[in-house]
Amino acid sequence: MALSTERLGRYNPDKPMENRITDLGPRHFWQYFPPIIQKNYGKWKYHEILEPGVLVHVSETGDKVFTVRCGGCRFMSVEHVREICEIADKYCDGYVRFTTRNNIEFMVDSPEKLEALKKDLMSRKHVSGSYKFPIGGTGAGLTNIVHTQGYLHCHTPATDASSMVKAVLDELFEYFQGMTFPAQVRISMACCLNMCGAVHCSDIALLGYHRKPPVIDHEVIEAMCEIPLVIAACPTGAISPAKTEDGKKTVKIKQERCMFCGNCYTMCLAVPLSDKEGDGVTILAGGKVSNRIHPPKFSKVVVPYLPNNFPRYPEVCQTVKKILEAYASDAKKYERIGDWAERIGWEKFFEKCDLPFTEHLIDDYRLAYDTYRTSTQFKYTEAAWEVSKAAGGI
Amino acid sequence: MAFEPREPQKELKYDELRIYTDEELNNYTEEELKNFKIKHDIPDVEELEKGPWPSFVADAKREALHRQKLPEDRMMIARECVEDLLGQLQLSFDDGETHWKHGGIVGVFGYGGGVIGRYSDVPEKYPSIAHFHTMRVNQPASKFYNTDYLRSICDLWEYRGSGLMNMHGSTGDIIFLGTFTEQLEPIFYELTHVLQQDLGGSGSNLRTPSCCVGRARCEWACFDTQDMCYELTHYYQDELHRPAFPYKFKFKFDGCPNCCVASIARADMSFIGTWRDEIRIDQEAVQAYINGEIAPNGGAHAGKDWGKFDIQKEVIDLCPTKCMRMEDGKLVIDNKECTRCMHCINVMPQALRPGTDTGVSILFGAKAPILEGAQMSMLTIPFMKVEPPYDNVKELIEKVWDWWMEEGKNRERLGELIQRYGVPKFLEVIEVPPMPQMVKEPRSNPYIFWKEEDVPGGWQRDIKDYRAKHKR
Repeated sequence: MALSTERLGRYNPDKPMENRITDLGPRHFWQYFPPIIQKNYGKWKYHEILEPGVLVHVSETGDKVFTVRCGGCRFMSVEHVREICEIADKYCDGYVRFTTRNNIEFMVDSPEKLEALKKDLMSRKHVSGSYKFPIGGTGAGLTNIVHTQGYLHCHTPATDASSMVKAVLDELFEYFQGMTFPAQVRISMACCLNMCGAVHCSDIALLGYHRKPPVIDHEVIEAMCEIPLVIAACPTGAISPAKTEDGKKTVKIKQERCMFCGNCYTMCLAVPLSDKEGDGVTILAGGKVSNRIHPPKFSKVVVPYLPNNFPRYPEVCQTVKKILEAYASDAKKYERIGDWAERIGWEKFFEKCDLPFTEHLIDDYRLAYDTYRTSTQFKYTEAAWEVSKAAGGI
Repeated sequence: MAFEPREPQKELKYDELRIYTDEELNNYTEEELKNFKIKHDIPDVEELEKGPWPSFVADAKREALHRQKLPEDRMMIARECVEDLLGQLQLSFDDGETHWKHGGIVGVFGYGGGVIGRYSDVPEKYPSIAHFHTMRVNQPASKFYNTDYLRSICDLWEYRGSGLMNMHGSTGDIIFLGTFTEQLEPIFYELTHVLQQDLGGSGSNLRTPSCCVGRARCEWACFDTQDMCYELTHYYQDELHRPAFPYKFKFKFDGCPNCCVASIARADMSFIGTWRDEIRIDQEAVQAYINGEIAPNGGAHAGKDWGKFDIQKEVIDLCPTKCMRMEDGKLVIDNKECTRCMHCINVMPQALRPGTDTGVSILFGAKAPILEGAQMSMLTIPFMKVEPPYDNVKELIEKVWDWWMEEGKNRERLGELIQRYGVPKFLEVIEVPPMPQMVKEPRSNPYIFWKEEDVPGGWQRDIKDYRAKHKR
């Protein structure tokens, strides 16, 4: 049965439930495994990274599968997917895989096919010059940045996602193609703190953030929203019921209590937060999800605000680069960014990364106390001398 | 070993399914693409065509041109939708704000998820994206595809939608990005009837489960991540499509403690492969690493000269429990002290392998910061054998869901409910005893919520008895 071409296809709007099929679930994975994967399923013995972006997995059967990992934009057109298919048909018997971090993986079963595949991939460029399938993203390097929808498709963003990721990865391209870091680096990007991208456990997290409290659309709030839900949505209790001069039900907001999370806007369209001057980017660092050596960690806020300087976000790019360069030159082998920061002390992290430490970076939300330093163990940095001076101590 | 799918799988052949002819698919030249200008002026967006990283703008323009050159009746939504999307992106850069309206409830009959309504707030300027709804399509486990499948969904989506998609969304689905309301049911009909394919989750549902590459191409998978992901996704289709939960619920399946799908940070219920016997050691390979014959960490550090591999410094001293040593030239591991962090295995994959008596650790409650702050999953079940049909896991899941559906407040994730009621209550619900492994350390305050039945004689006392002994 071919895909239909009538305007409404085979669907009959007069009888919407006719012949309806539901609850099929996803298609079964096994049919999409290349033969070499089927044959060696569960029999893999070890793997090696032959060069950045190229892996070989060796099976107990002696079989080897070579994988070429390419950076992909999560946002892609059917034209791009068709080009992926063309490559997969040409070299990989029509099979291809995508990774959790939006990379594209082409697999072949011989070194000869591997060389031809690599050459082909690196030769493909968009007419305006960017690579279509850059090889890299393995080992102690930078892999693809996972991200959210941003201005391309989301109604709550505080910044754009695809453009920021493009800008940052252009700036850090050599790290994607190399393996020169002490350990792997995972950067993630979410365009508001709803964090569809769950960036909160990344080596570096780029997070869109609002800085102005909601503006209230008194005209429609009563009709369009459940006011009690809006009030209940506020984690700090900043929203309370109110009446307009002409007696309409609405809400009022204690602005100094707003922490700009946008949870009220998720519940109600009449309290938008986004604002050109207010919105910007927060940078977090030092998180990870792996259990290797140290348990998983949350990322910590290290830069409270950078402007949304479209389309290239120079301040964001430079700050990320600065952190990575300090990390690359100072961390020990196998140390993730968070491990490094904890070993040298966060005060040294700010010094070595040349980042100002402001009051915004000291937690004052629910579990703040756990982050206070209740010890006399600290290192002296310029920031410490400033405090001593201010207190009249030196 | 091969797997039996729950439903027989119809083989999809692109040549039988296709909508577009070869001529239609190859309807523009490189030269035309170079000279192509979209209908809007988008200087900042076009700036993003420069630089080495793949440009999503260059890619989108390709689709815009392709649509320009397709006959009008070969697309069911406006041909300019890609151009309008790029135009609206430029406007968003200019204004520093998004131009998508808040929400909009659309969907397919009988499902409460899988479709996200999206409308432009400047439809007069960009009429072809006035509606731009998202459809989530449930990906096959671990995202392997063949080109017959991919080409078929490309034709379907270009014909009935914008031709723009995400491979993949954050949760794991294939995302179809942008179509009009009228086409939602026809697309769903084609997906189910022709492609034997279903939508994924959204809203207060079970979200589309996802898993790592697992045994398909990794030597460390301690359980069958794909099979378990597939089985539980199919078994809980009702929960995935019809919202009955307080909020979203996520399963993620990581084959080992390296956590490549970040289950510990992102899933309400995280399944992480582990073992309970001994790390397998190949002493000859250990020697080969020591002698520099094999690159450590699978060659991951090859880009920089880190000096000669030093097993003492790089493995033994970095072991978090210090349970390893060299003895008479052999590597010895005290496995009962090992916490299975994977470091030594990651560094010497040819010498060390996880044990063979494998299963999962189950952790509960991870979520992003909204609202109480971010949470990671808490270790709750240290080890569980997992074999199809995973009845032991299903039984546990249902205990958790019953409680959460009964007690959870609107938009309260499981992790927040556990915090609100306390872990002891959660353990009572899932009927397991406490263990020290559930906490980093015991509590440091003595405010124990004793229960009446814990205390001899109960809590009902008479003040007169008290006063008989103690004057006021």
